[in-house]
Amino acid sequence: MKQIQLRQVSKSFGDVEVIPPLDLEIEDGEFVVFVGPSGCGKSTLLRLIAGLEDVTSGQVLIDGADATAIPPARRGLAMVFQSYALYPHMSVRRNIAFPLRMAGLDRAEQERRVDEAAKVLNLTEYLDRRPGQLSGGQRQRVAIGRAIVREPTAFLFDEPLSNLDAALRVGMRLEISELHKRLSTTMIYVTHDQVEAMTMADKIVVLQHGVIEQVGSPLELYRAPRNTFVAGFIGSPRMNLLEGAEAARHKAHTIGIRPEHIAISTRKGDWQGVVGVSEHLGSDTFFHINCPDFAAPLTVRADGELDLSYGSTVFLTPDLAHLHRFDDNGLRLT
Amino acid sequence: MARATTFRQKTITTIIAWTVAMVIFFPILWIVVLSFKSEGDAISTPIRVLTSAWTFDSYAVVQDRSDYFKHFFNSVIVAVGSTLLGILVAVPAAWSMAFVPSQRTRGILMWMLSTKMLPAVGVLYPIYLLFIELGLLDSRTGLVIVLMLINLPIIVWMLYTYFREIPAEILEAARMDGAGMRAELLYVLTPMAIPGIASTMLLNIILAWNEAFWTLNLTAAKAAPLTAFIASYSSPEGLFYAKLSAASVMAIAPILVMGWFSQKQLVRGLTFGAVK
Repeated sequence: MKQIQLRQVSKSFGDVEVIPPLDLEIEDGEFVVFVGPSGCGKSTLLRLIAGLEDVTSGQVLIDGADATAIPPARRGLAMVFQSYALYPHMSVRRNIAFPLRMAGLDRAEQERRVDEAAKVLNLTEYLDRRPGQLSGGQRQRVAIGRAIVREPTAFLFDEPLSNLDAALRVGMRLEISELHKRLSTTMIYVTHDQVEAMTMADKIVVLQHGVIEQVGSPLELYRAPRNTFVAGFIGSPRMNLLEGAEAARHKAHTIGIRPEHIAISTRKGDWQGVVGVSEHLGSDTFFHINCPDFAAPLTVRADGELDLSYGSTVFLTPDLAHLHRFDDNGLRLT
Repeated sequence: MARATTFRQKTITTIIAWTVAMVIFFPILWIVVLSFKSEGDAISTPIRVLTSAWTFDSYAVVQDRSDYFKHFFNSVIVAVGSTLLGILVAVPAAWSMAFVPSQRTRGILMWMLSTKMLPAVGVLYPIYLLFIELGLLDSRTGLVIVLMLINLPIIVWMLYTYFREIPAEILEAARMDGAGMRAELLYVLTPMAIPGIASTMLLNIILAWNEAFWTLNLTAAKAAPLTAFIASYSSPEGLFYAKLSAASVMAIAPILVMGWFSQKQLVRGLTFGAVK
C-alpha cells in the first residue's frame, strides 16, 4: 500500500526554487533513505512531509488522505532531529512521555509505554536524569524513544547520527535497522552519508539540486546507476569515471568502472600506470594509480596483502562485464 | 593565554574603579546621611553634617504627614502589574518574531524601539485627554496600562533576544510531538526561557518603579506611587533636605534591596546574547 505520496510537490524560498515539482511514493513499512550532497534539498523534502515547511505547490498524501494543509502535530508522524531536540528542562521520563501527554493519554498508560520504550532502548536507569546529564548516544536514544512511544504512522529521521562519533554511529545504525525490522513501521531517513544509505535502506532516493536523480534498492543503484551523478555518489570509494579516447572506444561519452572491477598486475594489462598513494584498510588496499592516458588518477581495490611501492609501474585491466557507459548528457547507455 | 598584569597595573585599575564607583554612589550615600539629620543640620556646611547628631525625626515626620504604605502599595501594584501584563503581551509577540520571522520583522522591531526615542511629553496631551475620556486619571489601572505600553518595546526586545537563543528544532520537535501553539508556548518555550523572562521582569519592575514622568502627570492622590511621594517633598527653595532625603530613601530602599539580591540575574539578562 502506498503510505506516503508526494504529487508534484515543489518548494521555493522567495524566488529560489529549492525543489522543482516532483513525485514520490513510499510504501507501507519501507525504509527509505534520502541521500545527496549537502544543499540538495533532502532535509527540505523531509520537512515538507513532516509539515514543518509548507509546500509551494502540489500535494502530500498520507494513508491516501490529503495532508497538505494538516499541521505537523496532527499528521501522525514522529521525527528524530540531528540535534536530538530534547526538552532540556524535562527529565528523560517526561521527554519520552511528552507526545503521550499531548495526546491526552492517562497517567498509567503513559507510565506503561514509557517504561516499555525505555526497556527497549536501555534507558531504564536514566529515566530521572535530565538530557544535559546524558552522552550523545543516550540522548539520541531518548529522541528515538520519544518518537516510538506514540506509535506513529511513519518515522522521519533527519541526519540523526551525524553528531555521533564514528564507532557510536555504526552501533546506532544497527539499532535503528533492528528497530525497523521489529516495528515494521515506515521510516524515512535523511543522510549525506552514502554508506548509511547503502547499509540501511530498502529504497534509496538520490537527490541533487532538489531533483530526484534515481530511486531504487541499494544494489540496483550500485549495479545500474541511471546517470554519472548517481554512479559517482553511490559506492565508496567512488566509481572511476573516464572520458576521451578510452570512452569513445566503448562508444560512450563517459565510462565508469568501480575500483573492485579493475585487476592490478605488475606484469601485463590494458592500461599502464604509476602507483600513487595507497590506503591500507587491512582487508583491502586502495591504490591510486596515475595513468598518462587519463586526466584523474584511478582508484583500484586490491587484496590487503598486496604491497606496491610508491612510484612503481603497474598494469590495469578493467572487467568489461562491469563497465558502465554514459552518453554526453551523463545518462546511462544500455 | 592569560594577560600578564603587574601589581602596579592592578593597583591603579583598582583605585580608578573605586573612584568611579564612589562618584556614582556618592549622591545616594549623601541622601542616606542627610535623611538622618535635622533640617537645620542638613543645609549646613558639609563638616557639620558629619559631626552633628543623628536622628530619625525626618522619617517620623514623613510617615506622619503622608501615608508611606499607601504609596508603596501603589508602586508595587503598578510595577508588578505593568510587568505581568507586559510579559503576557510580549511573549507571543517575541515568539512570532523569533520563530516565524517575516521580511518586516526587523523593521517592526526597530519601529517599536523608535517609540522609546520619542519625548514622552510629546504624547502627554493626547494620553491625558484619553485618560479623562476613559475615566482613568488617578487610577492604578490606567497607570498599569500606560507603564506597560511604554516599557513594552524593551520587554519585547529582551524576550526576542532570549528566544533567538532557543534552538528552533526543539519547538519543531514539540510540534511533531503533537503540541498545538498553546502547548508549545506553555510547556516548552516558556519553561526554557524562564531565566530570560525572570531577568526581563526584574528589569521592567525596576524601570516601572522608577518611572516618574507618567506617574506624576497622571495621578493625584488615590493612585500616586512612591515617585509622587518623593515629589511632594521637593520644594524650589530647598529648605526641607532632610525630609526629602528621608522620603527618597524610603522610596528607593525596596527596589535597591531587590536589585541587590537579583544583581546576578540582572547582569546576565542585560548581557545576554552579547557574548557567544
